[in-house]
Amino acid sequence: MINPLSLAVNGVPYSAGIEPHRTLLSVLREELGITGPKEGCDDSECGACMVLLDGEPTNACCFLALQADGREVTTIEGIADNPVGSRIQARMLEDGGIQCGFCTPGIVVMATALLSTNPNPDEEEIRNALAGNLCRCTGYQKIVAAVTKAAGDLA
Amino acid sequence: MTARQYFAPSNVDEALKVIAEHGRVGVVAGGTDAVVGHRSGKHQLADVVIGIHRLQDLNGIQQTHDGGLSIGSLTSYASLLSSSEILERLTALADASAIVGSCATRNVGTLGGNIVNASPAMDTGAPLMVFNAVIELRSQAHTRQLPITELWTGPGLSVIGDDELLVSVTIPPMPQQSGSSYLRLEYRRAMEIAVVGVAARVTLAEDGIVAAASIALAAVGPTCFLVAAAGHALVGQRLDESNIAEAGAIAAAAAKPISDNRASENYRRQMVSVLTRRAITVAAARAAGRTVRVPASQRWREATI
Repeated sequence: MINPLSLAVNGVPYSAGIEPHRTLLSVLREELGITGPKEGCDDSECGACMVLLDGEPTNACCFLALQADGREVTTIEGIADNPVGSRIQARMLEDGGIQCGFCTPGIVVMATALLSTNPNPDEEEIRNALAGNLCRCTGYQKIVAAVTKAAGDLA
Repeated sequence: MTARQYFAPSNVDEALKVIAEHGRVGVVAGGTDAVVGHRSGKHQLADVVIGIHRLQDLNGIQQTHDGGLSIGSLTSYASLLSSSEILERLTALADASAIVGSCATRNVGTLGGNIVNASPAMDTGAPLMVFNAVIELRSQAHTRQLPITELWTGPGLSVIGDDELLVSVTIPPMPQQSGSSYLRLEYRRAMEIAVVGVAARVTLAEDGIVAAASIALAAVGPTCFLVAAAGHALVGQRLDESNIAEAGAIAAAAAKPISDNRASENYRRQMVSVLTRRAITVAAARAAGRTVRVPASQRWREATI
């Protein structure tokens, strides 16, 4: 059964008819063509699908799309204009925090949320925040270094 | 498999009406169990999905008239962690909330969801037991209170009726000089399921003698459960290595672990003893006013008796 869904994605209002079992990730990628959030594990282990839901990091792969009705979603595409996210992205590139790149959107989303609420995190706080973001290339040292340097740049 | 129908009631009465008609099987709060299970193929979503995320009356933490706390069932782990009352007075619940899933899980997952999901390895169950939590269940026909110790009957099973909705968890006030902790044996720091979990609450008298103590275990039986004898063994004593070890041995003897791909029965039983000692030590240090930071699973070394 199709139900109405209205939400704002990166500031743009969308309306669509959606079935109850559909996830936010599938709607973003397949209905709206927003493919920055990735489908990795598809059961909320890896964080590649991470988006901000009303500003809070959320795994879109296991969030029912209809439960996002009336809410504001920010994907990696929407973070391009955010000065914090933009600096993290630049540091990820400059400091080798990106290898295959599949986990990168989720990591930049999570790190943006972290630095937006805690501008000067220590290494442990960065590692705790990113604990739900898996990098199969195992590039964690450089990812943590990139976030640390981004925080320094923004200070 | 597609769900046939979807409801997103905007108030509790409306939700109870939908649940009376379709049963509570399709209730989804944050979805960090229900939808994850669906995506991973563990179980299907119900035919009728009832999203209860709009029931804002069930979201938040309030003081009760007697100085306890009432926590709405839709309160997220992240909200629990941002509450100074939870951090200071119900620290074991903060220890547990801080290690559930990842940051994204804690933003979306709810205390009520954890309780109703009824996993024996749940992190908030043992803390709620040592705090003598009472849950409130509501249906169209009635409202009833139930001690959390009488809630679970097996893995994924509870006495919650098919027409009932968990609305709140009430925790009575703790006496002065009380401290608590929850420790989880884990193989990794995030996205982990407890191999063994232990919650402890200790209340000290003016002279430092234990006035009350309570121990509860997770992931070593078909449900979380209290080990009353382990707490009683500490009452009237000044804590030392020997009586703490005795309480650990009592807890280990009471454990009913299984062997599975995460640990053997024997290993789990031995680790109950170790984690119980650490949990008591942290709870006692906090009761004495010393700081052991949250989560205790990572900070227990900061504690001394």
